[in-house]
Parts: sequence; C-alpha cells; structure tokens
Amino acid sequence: MSAGDTQPAAQFSFAVRHAKRPAWALIGERLLTALIYACGISAIFFVLSIFVFVFKEAAPVLFSDRFDLRQFLFSEQWYPTSEINKRYGVLAMTAGTFSVTALAMAIAVPFGLGAAIYVSEFCGPRLKETLKIIIELLAAIPSVVWGFIGLTVMSKLIVQFTGAPVGVNILNGGIILALMSVPIIVSIGEDALKAVPDSYREAGIALGATRWQLVWRVLLPAAKNGLLAAVLLGVGRAVGETMAVLMATGHAVKIPHSILDSVRTLTANIAAELGEAPADSDHYRVLFLIGVLLFTITFFVNLAADMAVRGIRKK
Amino acid sequence: MSEPPPPCLTTRDLNLWYAKFQALINVTLDIRHGIITSLIGPSGCGKTTLLRCFNRVNERYGYVTTTGEIRILNKNIYDPDVSLVELRKSVGMVFQRPNPLPISVYENVVFGLRIHHPRGTLTRPEMDDAVERALTEVGLWKDLKDHLDRKATTLQLEQQQKLCIARLLPLKPEVILMDEPCSALDVEGTRAIEELMFALKGRYTIVIVTHNMAQARRASDECIFMLLGELIEHSRTEDLFLNPKNPRTAEYIEGRYG
Repeated sequence: MSAGDTQPAAQFSFAVRHAKRPAWALIGERLLTALIYACGISAIFFVLSIFVFVFKEAAPVLFSDRFDLRQFLFSEQWYPTSEINKRYGVLAMTAGTFSVTALAMAIAVPFGLGAAIYVSEFCGPRLKETLKIIIELLAAIPSVVWGFIGLTVMSKLIVQFTGAPVGVNILNGGIILALMSVPIIVSIGEDALKAVPDSYREAGIALGATRWQLVWRVLLPAAKNGLLAAVLLGVGRAVGETMAVLMATGHAVKIPHSILDSVRTLTANIAAELGEAPADSDHYRVLFLIGVLLFTITFFVNLAADMAVRGIRKK
Repeated sequence: MSEPPPPCLTTRDLNLWYAKFQALINVTLDIRHGIITSLIGPSGCGKTTLLRCFNRVNERYGYVTTTGEIRILNKNIYDPDVSLVELRKSVGMVFQRPNPLPISVYENVVFGLRIHHPRGTLTRPEMDDAVERALTEVGLWKDLKDHLDRKATTLQLEQQQKLCIARLLPLKPEVILMDEPCSALDVEGTRAIEELMFALKGRYTIVIVTHNMAQARRASDECIFMLLGELIEHSRTEDLFLNPKNPRTAEYIEGRYG
C-alpha cells in the first residue's frame, strides 16, 4: 500500500518540476534547435540552388539545335564572337586545366607529403608549431597575390632560365598552383599522419626500425587513405583556382605541346569572358555550361577524396 | 635444486628522470637467463619504465635522462657504440594493447626480417619458412595458415597478441619484454598467453610487467617488487609471496595498498 502511495507522489513532483520551467525557456530551446537544424540543412540547400542556377542558365543552349555537345567537349575551336561561324569547343581549355593541374600536382604532391612527414615525424615540437603557423599563413595568401607574383616575378625568371618567348605558361601556372596547393596537402596530410595510433610507431621502433623504415613501412601504409584524401583535395583546389592561373598561364586557347606553352584554363576563361558576353546570348550560356563541366569535375574529385577518408574510418 | 641459471640482463645503479621527476632510483638487479621474471608493484612504481629501459624505447621522448648501466649478455646497452637497431633486434617487446601493424598477418611476421635485411636479400621460401615456424610456435599456424593475407588488425585480440609475440621470433631475440600483455584479454586469452610464455621460456629470457599479482604468482619463476621507483625485493616467486623479507612487500601482497 505504502509503495502505491509514494509512486504517484514521485511522478507528481516530477511533473511539477517540469511545469515550473518558464514557457520562454521551452520555446527558446525549440527555436534554438530549429535554428541549428536550419544551419545544418542550409549547406544542402545552397549547393543545390547554385547547381540549379548554373544549370538553368546553361540549359537553353544545351538543348538548342545550334549547339552540339560533342563539339563542345571534343573540339578545340573556341570562337564565341566570330561573325560568320561561332564555335564553342572547350577541349583546348580542358587540356589547359588538366595540364596545369597535373604539373602542379607533380610538384606539390612530393613537396607537400614530404613536408607533412617532416612536420609530423621529424621536427621538434617548437619548430613544428612555427612551421604549422607559417604553412597556414601560406594558405591565407589571396590568389590574386599569387597571380601577381606569377605575372611579375616568376615569368621573368622563367624567360631568363628557359629561354621561353613568354614567361606566362603552364610552367608558371603549375608552380604557382603547386605553391597554393601545398598548404592544403601539408595540413591534411599531417592530420592523417597524426591520426596513426602511436602504438604502431612503438611496434615498429621496438622491432628495430629506423626512422625511415618507420615512415615507409608503417606510417605510409597506415595513413595512405588520409594522404590520398590530402592529395585529392589539393587537386580540387588546383582545378578550381581561377585568378592566379588567369594571370600566370598566358590565356592562349590552344592544346599545349610543352610546358613552356601558354594555355587557358576553364576557370580563367569564364572569369575573363563572362563580363563581356551579352546576357542570355549563346556565348553567355556556354560559359555557364563550362561552369557545369567544372562543377562535375570538382564533384568527382571531392567524391573520391570523401570515399578515401571514409576508407580511413572503416579501419 | 639445480644451479640457478646465469644472469642475462643486469642493471647497476640505474636512475631515470622524466624531466625533473625521478622515476627510477638506484635500481640494481640481475635477471637470470631463460626464466620468466615478473615485475610487480602499484601504479607509478616505475615497473613499466624499467621494462622500457631494457630496449631503450623510453628514449623516444626527448626529456628522459638515464644514468647507470644495463648489461645484456655482458654488453652495456648505454655504451655509445651500441646500435639501437641491433639492440631492439635482440630485445623484443610485447605491448599492453596488442599492436599488430595494419598490414597482412604474413607481413607482420616478416616485418622484422625485412627491416633487418638489405632489400632483395630475403628469398620468398625463407620468409614462408619463417612465418610458418613463428606462427606454429605461438599456436596460430593451424587457424591462420589459410588466412595469411588477412589484415592483422581484424583478428581477435588474443590472436593479435599472439601474433605480436610471433613477429619477434624470426629475429631470434635474447630477451622478450612483456608490458602487461594480458590486460586487454579475457580469461581464456590470458591463459593462452601464459601457456605460450611457459612454452617459450628456456630459449628466451622473459620479463613481464603485471598488475595482476595472481598472474605474477602463477606465471613467473622470479619476482621483483618495486615501489616509488625503487627495487624493494627480488627473489624466487614462491619466496616473495610466502616469505616476503621486506614489510612493504608483505603489505602490498596482502593488499593493504596498491
């Protein structure tokens, strides 16, 4: 009987305590939850709406009979302002984007991963902090400043050392892009190495591994997914970069044959021509279509990076 | 009773500091060849620190200072001409949490061989043979011979710990150090590792750190009791548990503190 008495009493006091919370606290809490939810969901909303907007601007020309998708992708003829025969082929610019990115990665990957290994495994704690701050500063330099360096400093050096007729070319853009991608590769690569459990290092050391053997045989295999993600995010940065390559690559629409040739990239082309293209003209819409193409490329690069990172967590 | 085996590992006036904190104070001991010696004592008494001096893995951290000497097979391991790589080849270590590398079972066992041989001097049959022998010795061969390419981190904990012991064997170590090798394992796993220790003793000198007094009692031949960085008592395990000479040892094994 006594148990039956206390049970409702306990429930009652619990109910009373709940009721005593002021109404504004409850509403405030709900509002806050809703607000945070909105912040989280908004990322999806923004990405989708940007894609929809870009695609909507490009769609009319994509589906018109004046336009041939095969010509767009596989022709190197880019004559958007020709009076007689307008041709919209972006192959040369795709080749430009890929060649500059490839060169940038050929420089940035060994350099960035080497720096990540050094910062994570070899240098002392004080130097490590200093280096990390400086590398982050490197990432904070605006891309137009990089472009400026490419245009003035690098191009003179390139002409002087290679004898190329112009200093703004794939080599210039590649070096500038490499310098811009290195900080990303270093900081994400360093995170990946830091995430390798210390017990693996101890296992290797206790078996008599030297530092290099530890890096080659233990750390690189253990961190390979994270390092791959670092590289792919670097690639994403390089593909999407606009201002610096616009200034440093020479802006010539042609398929390059050597690294001393000038090229134009997809991004630089959009940046340079969108302001001059009459709104709603075919030219204007094709530039948006190039945006869709870029979007697709970076989407796949990011997807690959994401899948690589997911691979780490599964372990 | 036969003649006690000769000492294999000796320390003289070993002192160790982590920055300003002294973790080992004048430790002098002789660990005999081919038997199992356990190190016991409450947390923070320096037993793990002492164990980690024997292969100098302590020195990973820059703030460690050591004085005194440790002799293994009559060679002071703190002499300047000692190669850490060679030292660690002859003094293997098993850790508290099984730490196989995230590569295949096969590669884990041959890891030691690979790092101690110049590239290209190991033949496939040699490695196959080493893997079979090491895994047979720790009792994993039957279960794993068809799964040698399996990733070692996906094995059961007990198998992982046995694998961690197996990967030391191809290097033919003199001493095997074990830092609470059973603390992550269940009763069955603990029993299996202890049986493995009995099977390995004789050929290898085994030093085991344990928190578990019952384990020290049933699984070791000699026992060392440490307290606050000092060696308090070292004797045959039965003697230490039945007739402790030092009152502090007696109180510890009775469970008055710890």
